[in-house]
Amino acid sequence: MLTDLTIEQARAGLRAGEFTAVDLTMAHLHAIEVLNPRLNAFIDVRHDRALDQARAADAALAAGEARALTGIPLAIKDLFCTAGVRTTAGSRILEPFVPPYESTVTANLLRDGAVFLGKTNMDEFAMGSSNMTSAYGPVENPWKRRQDAAAVLVPGGSSGGSAAAVAARLALGATGTDTGGSIRQPASFCGLVGVKPTYGRCSRWGVVAFASSLDHPGPFSRTVRDGAILLGSMAGFDPKDSTSAEMPVPDWEAACARSVKGLRIGVPREYRMDGMPAEIEALWRQGLDWLRDAGAEIVDVSLPHTKYGLAAYYVVAPAEASSNLARYDGVRFGARTDGSDLRDLYERTRASGFGDEVRRRIMIGTYVLSAGYYDAYYLRAQKVRALILKDFTDAFGQVDALLTPTAPSAAFGQGEKMDDPITMYLNDVFTVPANLAGVPGISVPAGLDPNGLPLGLQVLAKPFDEATMFTVAAALERAAGFEALPTLRAGGEG
Amino acid sequence: MSLDPATVRRIATLARIRVEEAEVATLQNELNGILSWIEQLNEVNVDGVAPLTGGAQMTLRLREDVVTDGGYPDQVLGNAPDRIGDFFAVPKVVE
Repeated sequence: MLTDLTIEQARAGLRAGEFTAVDLTMAHLHAIEVLNPRLNAFIDVRHDRALDQARAADAALAAGEARALTGIPLAIKDLFCTAGVRTTAGSRILEPFVPPYESTVTANLLRDGAVFLGKTNMDEFAMGSSNMTSAYGPVENPWKRRQDAAAVLVPGGSSGGSAAAVAARLALGATGTDTGGSIRQPASFCGLVGVKPTYGRCSRWGVVAFASSLDHPGPFSRTVRDGAILLGSMAGFDPKDSTSAEMPVPDWEAACARSVKGLRIGVPREYRMDGMPAEIEALWRQGLDWLRDAGAEIVDVSLPHTKYGLAAYYVVAPAEASSNLARYDGVRFGARTDGSDLRDLYERTRASGFGDEVRRRIMIGTYVLSAGYYDAYYLRAQKVRALILKDFTDAFGQVDALLTPTAPSAAFGQGEKMDDPITMYLNDVFTVPANLAGVPGISVPAGLDPNGLPLGLQVLAKPFDEATMFTVAAALERAAGFEALPTLRAGGEG
Repeated sequence: MSLDPATVRRIATLARIRVEEAEVATLQNELNGILSWIEQLNEVNVDGVAPLTGGAQMTLRLREDVVTDGGYPDQVLGNAPDRIGDFFAVPKVVE
């Protein structure tokens, strides 16, 4: 089936004329029509626009002008501004917002010929780890527990719609954003590859801001090589983002084919957490064995401040969010709720426009930045952040990459972990440090838990050394031979 | 440090989010739960550590101080909930 192809295979098939971009897009639009009413992965499907782009792709292919992604149907997280296409950030407050401009990352994908199927569901303003905070309803994970197929599981978050779409074969790949794990954790929950590149690799221009020093755009895909293809298109210097890195984009596809022989892989002992499920511990050990068998050297390292990463994150991220989300005032764009005066208008607009989790984070951020508390919370968290970066810098003095689990559990049920906010926050314990430090990370599907649910392993690398990250990830992928499929997928059940 | 109801109301005011009286107690509980969990940062010795604002190890670029964009008020105002001519409209601010 066309929906089962990898991007690499689809690219070859299009160029060889085995099928057209219109065929490929139609197959995905059909799959969306069948499965999206149940999965709720897409907030907005753009049938006609996608077919127009597919026809343009076929014309380019016929003219011998194919680019890296010509004719490849992708799903776009609804945090990326898309010109003329509504962009909600999963929030009620942006329900009427139609951006007049295109984000740099999506413009790069369009430049390379990609077809956009639609905008995917997500936790509101990317704040969440289960997609349960979306104003547009939860997303169903296409994977099912073997013994309990009726249970509806979360796809992870915040990029839950993108992950569910790629897992269920509704798109060949997708964009996501990762502020504390929002690409890598849903990739782990949905049996996908998810990449958070180095801070500065992918422009944040036109991506609705959550926490600017932590937000990282990146891709979802079904193979490591597809992740390299997508990131190669998304990345690159952008003068419109003041933190964009003026660095050449290497050939990451080539990196996927290199050997790990001689690479030094670090095992951070602090990632061995109390209460971690035995199967995750076992999978981690298995991953180390695979890399050792492939010729890598395994080295114990220490990242002593790991356990403080989450708490530092939950000061820094809300602080930046409270500042970034100040723009939603009901005046210049977005929804408005009228009030008796301007201040009442602001307060009513923001009360009705933001959901509970967003309101909590804005209030925490406002508090930690307020006079009298700034030093005790915000400044201290920034110092801990410096120590976390130093941990990585020290570790990368000894090793080329680190191997860790991606998440402390497999996908959980909708409604679970909702009792108090911190239980949900703990999902990101292994992913948050890389956001604080800005180092690149990737989640690779590596095995199944006893319920048949996917589990990912995470590879972290030095800043701007995504090449080594892809080399190690591809070696894990080859050794793992992960071929399990989700229950709900195009052409499958459902 | 524990937030009292008056502080919760003050934060809501600073954040410009209307909080109904009935919501104050729940918010107070949730925010205090998060803040007391964050207190673990006090265990870390941060003496002499310079604060880090971001993972990017870069100096910000400079450019000429010239206008590089603009001149399309209809695009800028296209998403405005209310407008009068080329202006955003809000309830009367000055009597």
